[in-house]
Amino acid sequence: MKLSEQLLSAKEIAVGIKNKTFSATEIVSDTLGRIEKLDGDIHAFLNVTGDQALLRAKEIDEMVSKGEDPGILAGVPIGIKDNICTRKVATTCGSKILNEWKPPYDATVIEKLRSQGAIVVGKTNMDEFAMGSSTEHSAFGPTKNPHNIKCVPGGSSGGSAAAVASGMVPLALGSDTGGSIRQPAAFCGVVGLKPTYGLVSRYGLVAFASSLDQIGPFSRDVDDSVLLANAIMGHDPLDSTSLDIDTPPIKINSDGGVRGLRIGLVSEFLEGISPEISEAIERACKYLDAGGGQVESCSVPSVKQSLSAYYLIAPAEASSNLARFDGVRFGMRVDGKNAEEMMVNTRTAGFGDEVKRRIMLGTYALSAGYYDAYYGSAQKLRTLVIRDFESVYQKFDVLLSPTTPTTAFEIGAKIDDPLTMYLSDVCTIPTNLAGHPAISVPFGYDSKGLPIGLQVLAPALKDDLTLKVASYLESARENAND
Amino acid sequence: MTEERYEPVIGLEVHCELRTATKLWCACPNEFGGEPNTHICPICLGLPGTLPVLNRNAVEYAMRIGTALNCEIKPSKFHRKNYFYPDMPKDFQISQYDEPINVQGYLDLPTGIRIGIERAHIEEDTGKSSHLGKSGRIHAAYGALVDYNRAGVPLVEIVSAPDIRSSEQAKDYVSELRAVLVATGATDGRMEEGSLRVDANVSVRKGPDAPFGTRCEIKNVNSLRSLVRAIEYEIKRQIEVLEDGGRIIQQTRHFNEDTLSTVALRSKEEAQDYRYFPEPDLPPISPGEAWINKVKEELPPLPPQRRAKVKEIFGTGDDGQIITLVEQDLDGLFLGVLSHGADGEIAIRRLLNEAASQIEAARKLDVKDFAALIGMEKSGKLSATQCKAVLAEMLESGGSPLQIAASLGFEGMKSNELEEVITQIINDNPDAFERFKAGDEKVTQFFVGQVMKATKGKANGKSVIEFLETKKS
Repeated sequence: MKLSEQLLSAKEIAVGIKNKTFSATEIVSDTLGRIEKLDGDIHAFLNVTGDQALLRAKEIDEMVSKGEDPGILAGVPIGIKDNICTRKVATTCGSKILNEWKPPYDATVIEKLRSQGAIVVGKTNMDEFAMGSSTEHSAFGPTKNPHNIKCVPGGSSGGSAAAVASGMVPLALGSDTGGSIRQPAAFCGVVGLKPTYGLVSRYGLVAFASSLDQIGPFSRDVDDSVLLANAIMGHDPLDSTSLDIDTPPIKINSDGGVRGLRIGLVSEFLEGISPEISEAIERACKYLDAGGGQVESCSVPSVKQSLSAYYLIAPAEASSNLARFDGVRFGMRVDGKNAEEMMVNTRTAGFGDEVKRRIMLGTYALSAGYYDAYYGSAQKLRTLVIRDFESVYQKFDVLLSPTTPTTAFEIGAKIDDPLTMYLSDVCTIPTNLAGHPAISVPFGYDSKGLPIGLQVLAPALKDDLTLKVASYLESARENAND
Repeated sequence: MTEERYEPVIGLEVHCELRTATKLWCACPNEFGGEPNTHICPICLGLPGTLPVLNRNAVEYAMRIGTALNCEIKPSKFHRKNYFYPDMPKDFQISQYDEPINVQGYLDLPTGIRIGIERAHIEEDTGKSSHLGKSGRIHAAYGALVDYNRAGVPLVEIVSAPDIRSSEQAKDYVSELRAVLVATGATDGRMEEGSLRVDANVSVRKGPDAPFGTRCEIKNVNSLRSLVRAIEYEIKRQIEVLEDGGRIIQQTRHFNEDTLSTVALRSKEEAQDYRYFPEPDLPPISPGEAWINKVKEELPPLPPQRRAKVKEIFGTGDDGQIITLVEQDLDGLFLGVLSHGADGEIAIRRLLNEAASQIEAARKLDVKDFAALIGMEKSGKLSATQCKAVLAEMLESGGSPLQIAASLGFEGMKSNELEEVITQIINDNPDAFERFKAGDEKVTQFFVGQVMKATKGKANGKSVIEFLETKKS
């Protein structure tokens, strides 16, 4: 098992390929071999596109031999969450209802990756339509946590997190609607960034909750997340919510560390967290302090109601976004006497329980007579969360919290208790409501050997700050190893 | 008798397709017809992962319409109207709900009546289903085909206030509205192609001071004639229900072109809950002052101004004729002809009676040629009948009236000369003419031959027959 080997980072792969230290074909073959060896146990991938990846690797090698620059991700293998459309490659969203649907187009992020030389090696497992926090809601079976295969990898981007954590790929893309990148990153001990809403195009991301969804990177270290973020960011005329601003590549200057940064420790995020995570937070505070950061406790009162607001807004948007899965134009179709019956039969057979639960929640929240009480109130609360963050960011540059209240739980432990499952996203949801960036960075392990993740939050467009602080926290690990 | 005691209250919802080059959210061509499912892409098919991007021209056209209808143009938002239907690719329609782009306007009818406009908002069109089965209706169908070429075509829905009081007024409103919409350049207004579609909300009440009655919405009205018939049927039906002691149930009714009656589709109790909520994929629109002013300045002259101009220059002329002239978009040609010194009375007659039946060709008539033609009729070079024949040829294939008249053999044969010759021949052959009147076709050829002989072949055979026909009665 190559897990124990020194794994190459994305940065090292790109440099090595450009310098002809090794070829993209060697890297891809190696990657496919590792997936072959490891994924039987982990089940991070729903579909491995080996042939296409090898063809692409050959093209990259030809470019290099001709002296052309394939891009910042030259020859880097990457896993793609299966709710991101890939042309002619099945995109399932972890659902039966898509019936191995092959999109006729590539998502904008896929085009961007291709133009930077990255090589898609497969599509990763996820909770159906990104609804879940454990990847147990995939119609194709759960993904296992590489640190302990009895545990969940988190979700909904569990496949991407596990693929990176197990060393199958150096990079993966996920999507984060309420924590679906950061929570599995924390559970699997990898870096996961949810960028500012609008920085990365959503065109080709199968929508769960349009106003909250954002695509972001998974990697084993912060530098690689910077690399991947730089490859996928930027305005897209095909996404009207994409920010029409200049996005110069993020560069982290880690020389100064966190010197002079005002870091707020959000007290609401510390309630009810496990003692071991609490200790990790304390260690992190000391480490930040030692690096010249000014850590202080602070309060963002409305984050406590965020979960309620989220579980109205997200299902409401989902109930509408998922209406198109009706058996008429694509995907699964279960016939009926008439069009209406066909639609009902298709949706009944095609969607899993969690998706049905959220569609019902959302439909109810938008119903005549209930709209104001539910969806309307939730939107007001959302505004309140944004204001609370605004005011706390008057005093702080970044905020710190645990990514999750606990480390990875066992498969099956919460599957029959949706409310407890929903609570695993309590620290990550407020960021999505505000549209802000946040990152989860590994910071030690609990006594069971499961990774602990810390979350760094920042105001809109300060993605570089979250990465900078995460990079500093990451250095604690290196220091400890020394 | 009883009907006189009731006053109808009518509000109209008019959907008009905007003639943008591309669809509302994607770059697919916005064209009528085409092989089914050829003007489609992942976006207008609503495939998973796709997103809408608003067509700027559609907003501009909507603003033109708002300006023409004296509306206030406001910052606006899109909402999703959620309902399941196979011809709706996303199973929701992106429309404007509580914050439409145009509000609070009015339309003055040529009769002087002012009809309020509550709103004129932007929305997307759906695809078209055809149900395979006897009736073509969904209930008896055994299958359905869907064409998504129309899906995502930009529409503006214009909602009138309930200010209309008769079917005739409803017709006047739609005619005038159509003329205004076409004049703005925002739509081609073709009811027969469905680019203008009308739904009518109809209720009746006992006198002008009584509160509004319960209304029914009539759908599937495909022409002005159907609109009048559907409204009249519905008024009568509602009065009968009320007179029988019943009550009107708020419902949507379908107008049946064959039976000329309306049938209930669904009642309010069964009405769908559309679960409107703000479209998260589209930012709000706030056209700035500068853009609004630009649209106002660039707005082409509207029918009332154009009618006034015709009246002013023409001096005389029947109001009805002038309304039709402008409605048919023939006023420009008419004024051009006047400026070439042609006779207005003849010109308007030829335009409305003959040219209007081939409206597209009529609009393309060359002003000079048309003026020359009218001049030829005025001077007596051509008879009315000959003038019509020449015009028909001009509309059909184009060309100068002089050449056409020559090719038809009219040239040099003044129509009054021809008349004299024919009258003489009739007088010389009274028996033959009696047989002609009785319908003996062989005699027709005899007369033509006689006339040709007398005129040395100069006369036009068709004109001879036409002239003979007029002598019949």
